[in-house]
Amino acid sequence: MNGNWIIILISLIPIFTSMKMVFKKNFKKNIKNSLFLSISVIFGIYILLYGVHNIGSEKAGLGLWMYLFALCVMIWEMLSSWSEIDTSLNSKLNFIINLVVPILFGISLLFLWQVLTVGLKIPHILLPSPLKIGIAFSNSIPMLWEDFQQTFLKAVLSGYFMGCFSGFIIAIMVDRIPFLQKGLLPLGNLISALPIIGIAPIMVMWFGFDWQSKAAVVVIMTFFPMLVNTITGLSVTGQIEKDLLHSYAANYWQNLILLRIPVSLPFVFNALKINSTLALIGAIVAEFFGTPIVGMGFRISAEIGRLNVDIVWATILVAAVSGSMFYALITICERSLTSWHPSIREN
Amino acid sequence: MERPILPAPHQILKDMNKSILQRKVTSKRSLVYHGWVTISSTLVGFGIGALLGIVLAVGIVYIPTLNRSVMPWIIASQTIPILAIAPMIIVGLGSIGLTGLFPKSIISAYLCFFPVTIGMVKGLRSPDPIHMDLMKTYCASDSHTFFKLRWPSSTPFLFASLKVSIAISLVGAIVGELPAGAQAGLGARLLTGSYYGQTIQIWSALICASILAAILVFLMIAIEKIVLKKMGGRLV
Repeated sequence: MNGNWIIILISLIPIFTSMKMVFKKNFKKNIKNSLFLSISVIFGIYILLYGVHNIGSEKAGLGLWMYLFALCVMIWEMLSSWSEIDTSLNSKLNFIINLVVPILFGISLLFLWQVLTVGLKIPHILLPSPLKIGIAFSNSIPMLWEDFQQTFLKAVLSGYFMGCFSGFIIAIMVDRIPFLQKGLLPLGNLISALPIIGIAPIMVMWFGFDWQSKAAVVVIMTFFPMLVNTITGLSVTGQIEKDLLHSYAANYWQNLILLRIPVSLPFVFNALKINSTLALIGAIVAEFFGTPIVGMGFRISAEIGRLNVDIVWATILVAAVSGSMFYALITICERSLTSWHPSIREN
Repeated sequence: MERPILPAPHQILKDMNKSILQRKVTSKRSLVYHGWVTISSTLVGFGIGALLGIVLAVGIVYIPTLNRSVMPWIIASQTIPILAIAPMIIVGLGSIGLTGLFPKSIISAYLCFFPVTIGMVKGLRSPDPIHMDLMKTYCASDSHTFFKLRWPSSTPFLFASLKVSIAISLVGAIVGELPAGAQAGLGARLLTGSYYGQTIQIWSALICASILAAILVFLMIAIEKIVLKKMGGRLV
């Protein structure tokens, strides 16, 4: 009985806050009010999660959905109040807010996902709730780690480095030979638009079931974006800079290393970023066509057959997190290596 | 050799001739039939994805909250290997009775919307401050500024994105056909070819897909040229 009273009291907190927002004229969007809003939203989230998990077997009633709707409006208000804080004079604050708003948005999405899947009794096979995915994840960390090693550390990384490196080297060679440049660039553009993923079964046939065939798919998928981007990057050198190096009597290699490769770096990093997601996709899809009994692609196709959807989603989580980390790592390298570029200088 | 590791071009051509020209279009062994299945879901997915991408981009440009909260997640969304989980989505949607064209197009749409959103956000923000100021001196409303300035100046960006999108939309449709549930489409041909070791069949399906991709991209380029000409713009 006592517990219920506490629950009701907590559920009144967001209502009180929204009253205050509605009736108090010019509710200012500053940090204090945003924090205040966020805290009451957190209470609301807690109440809804508590409610939705304690209604037993029937679907949630109308009252819960109305509360959820009101809470969504409040979440939106909270996000807009955070993002409308004036940060033009304070770059540190700007950085923090650019971090806080997306995180709050992500948490709200997770919360909505949880409430909707539990409240609507969505079949677990269709879409498990985030909580269940988290539990499955923490229960099967050793298995997921082995899959990660097989797919990411062996197939993706080796294929990625081979593909990007050879694309880069070939691009420099192509750049030296003008007729190759004229002939190969449109072809490369065309091939990078083709569904290269289709070669996966062929590669599995050629290189066997283990990670080598997946690495081969990754090499081919990453090669062409790298080639095309590097060739474009090598051709953007400005005439003034070229003239300057010419007046220094620089030879081809000095020209290449001191001027043209640094200038092409933004394009190279663009390709590296595109490739980071392509590589993961290529390796996982290639595993659908035959693999030893380990690997993320194998895990997905095997566990979906056994209707263990939690494990599948946990694997997706691993893939998404490792993909994001990979992407972030490249972005950090890009920021330090191409700090002179306008798109980075702006921030 | 009946089942070569790497078929010679004439073997592929013979197989393509057999499966494209010799059979009736409606036959289940005709590549035209399979290609049509793939193309239709590619185009539906492309339509949904492009529309979604444009709407998101307009929202991001006009609503500051969306700009701050959604943009990082849009980038993060593409690090999820959707192609890798496509079979699961197909199976999941199949279990609630959605089969055939629609689940495949969802995968295409998920892949499509990202380049469109990124390109359009850039495009809608591309008008010079001078032009924006000019619109302001004309006392133009938000919708006027949008339709008369922002939208036209974003069209080159839009087409650049659409060209990328339609190619990956095809990839999405093909991968969507890989799970055993799909009986038709180029992806299904790839999978059956791989199961029965029919290398020539894999290669002819693959080449068929490449031709389709090239046709789609060239079609997009042609539309781009016509539209930009009509708008009196310069070709980029």
